[in-house]
Amino acid sequence: MAVSVDEAVSTGPARDHTPPARRLGSRGRSVLEVALLTVLAVVMLFPVLWMIETSIKENRDVYAIPAKFFDFKVTLDHYKDVFVDPGGGRSALSVSFLNSVVVAGVSTVLATVLGVPAAWAYSRFAVKAKKDQLFFILSTRFMPPVVVVIPIFLMYRQVGLIDNKLGLILIYAAFNVPFTIWMMKGFVDEVPAEYEDAAMLDGYTRLQAFRRFTLPLLVPGIAATAVFALIFSWNEFVFATFLTSSDDVRTAPPAIAGLIGGTTTDWGLVAAASVVFALPVLVFAYLVRKHLIAGVTLGAVRR
Amino acid sequence: MGTVAVQGLCKSFGKVQALDGVTLDVPDGSFFVVLGPSGAGKTTTLRAIAGLEKLDAGSVHLDGRDATGDTPAARDLAMVFQNYALYPRHTVYENIASPLRARRCSSSEIAAAVEQMSNLLHIERLLQRRPAQLSGGEMQRVALARALVRRPRAFLMDEPLTNLDLKLRVEMRTELTRIHRSLGATFVYVTNDQIEALSMADQVAVLKEGTVQQVGTPTEVYERPANKWVAGFVGSPPISLLACRAEGDRLVGAEGWTLPRPRWTTAEDGRALLLGLRAEDLSVEQRGDASLSGELYGLEPLGDRTVVDVRVGTEILKVKARPTVTGTPGERLRVTVDLDRAHLFDAGTGLSLSEAGR
Ligand SMILES: Nc1ncnc2c1ncn2[C@@H]1O[C@H](COP(=O)(O)OP(=O)(O)OP(=O)(O)O)[C@@H](O)[C@H]1O
Ligand SMILES: [Mg+2]
Repeated sequence: MAVSVDEAVSTGPARDHTPPARRLGSRGRSVLEVALLTVLAVVMLFPVLWMIETSIKENRDVYAIPAKFFDFKVTLDHYKDVFVDPGGGRSALSVSFLNSVVVAGVSTVLATVLGVPAAWAYSRFAVKAKKDQLFFILSTRFMPPVVVVIPIFLMYRQVGLIDNKLGLILIYAAFNVPFTIWMMKGFVDEVPAEYEDAAMLDGYTRLQAFRRFTLPLLVPGIAATAVFALIFSWNEFVFATFLTSSDDVRTAPPAIAGLIGGTTTDWGLVAAASVVFALPVLVFAYLVRKHLIAGVTLGAVRR
Repeated sequence: MGTVAVQGLCKSFGKVQALDGVTLDVPDGSFFVVLGPSGAGKTTTLRAIAGLEKLDAGSVHLDGRDATGDTPAARDLAMVFQNYALYPRHTVYENIASPLRARRCSSSEIAAAVEQMSNLLHIERLLQRRPAQLSGGEMQRVALARALVRRPRAFLMDEPLTNLDLKLRVEMRTELTRIHRSLGATFVYVTNDQIEALSMADQVAVLKEGTVQQVGTPTEVYERPANKWVAGFVGSPPISLLACRAEGDRLVGAEGWTLPRPRWTTAEDGRALLLGLRAEDLSVEQRGDASLSGELYGLEPLGDRTVVDVRVGTEILKVKARPTVTGTPGERLRVTVDLDRAHLFDAGTGLSLSEAGR
């Protein structure tokens, strides 16, 4: 699957690959650069490291003053608590993780299935007032979620979508479709329409031509777009907080937030839950990183 | 069977009028060339025939049946695209096989047809490569193979030879003419290369800015151009056009020269005219009554001949001469004119006035 867009859409003869010119030789780094990079790395990574540390410390060590950096006893109890209820059975947190997987996954698939053909249509066909339509589609994203959450809440209450996974799936898909259309239109524009023209003359219908000849070239773009959509749905907090309340519907972000507050906060559990929450997106992005980079840098590909 | 007839094609892209009433009649089995400069609307015409372009007006008839609204697949045509449009993810083999796959041929049929095509176009060794691994000329031949692998109603070819080197181009020209004869199929062939047009065509349509200037056999287009633009576009070196008018039995040039009035002109006295003289109808070596005096402006040796630029007043005449001709710029000389082969155009409309009386 190691196909970059560059090679996927190129029609010309193979080009020579010059290494990026801005790469600095390792010997070329000055002391100042190394120092600045170190500071940056510490600032960026410290919260993450601290979260991971906290998640494997015993509660005693979590609250220790002065803070213990290295000499603490490692425990995986917090991780066990994330998944297993103290009274036995599955914990509420693990249910919320499952909900997150379902909601983010289904809404991303929905947005992709609706958005990719729409982007193709906007790219290929003469649509009346195309620019205005595209602007309208984009404008739905101008509004921050907090602004629309109250009207959505009222509407959802009317149709019984409050505290319902389907409700979250729909709203996330609705938010991701415009994004998918915009991002995918750029990718479709990059694929010459002539492939479809040639396929139609070969005897395929327009849809077959799209499916067989254009769609495979869009895979990197679809992967990149889907990752962004997935990250949005996975991390979304405002709608999830307002539109869900019960433990079997709630997604992970509000569930983790719910651990904080009350009389005492089990920081070890919060940290462990956060690590578990962060992992899937990291792993997923890592798996599709080739497509991601190809997708995000596509604008630089000349035709 | 394979007649293609288009009637009054109009197509605009925003402000650009790409086609402005194009009407063409391609007889069954003919090699029909659409010739025109870049931007003339040649590609748009082919795409309209293929059903890839939504027309503003006009109709397309295939085999006498109105096909204006038909899908490209239903029209049963094959096309070589100007930029090949080879499928980048498919091997050369799969590219060539695609039209047969779309029509659900058996894989043994496909293998046989692809092999035949690859032999014909000398691409046997490329079958397992992908388009990105081919040179421009190789891609062009693969694109040709993909079109020729099937027996459609007609073949549409958009400048299929432009990217080949000269030797291969000449070879492919002969090859295509041969293929055309042996298939007996209808070819609509687009090019901006007049040599291709003149050497391969049964019929040529000359296109300029979305309008058809002239349709005829290569000889007709070359010998009897319908207007000064066709005369200037077809032929190399280009025809020389001199401003003049008829006065009694003489042609008087704006630059002061006079020539006997050709017997065949019907133009009335005093009308502003353009005298069109092709390089091969002029000579700096022969003697004759009809001649113009000028000075040598430059020499363009082309191997088999030399083109002599002669300045007559402010106008330049291109004269074909033997490769051995010599001279120094500024030297006075006389150019003999074969008036029987000259062309006259109305200076205002540009239309030919030579038709009558020849
Ligand atoms: N998709 C398009 N959008 C806008 N303008 C177009 C489009 N296609 C063609 N044109 C314009 O229409 C005119 C005719 O184009 P066309 O491609 O038919 O020319 P052509 O004769 O094939 O030229 P060439 O020999 O350079 O291929 C040109 O002025 C071109 O700029
Ligand atoms: Mg063209």
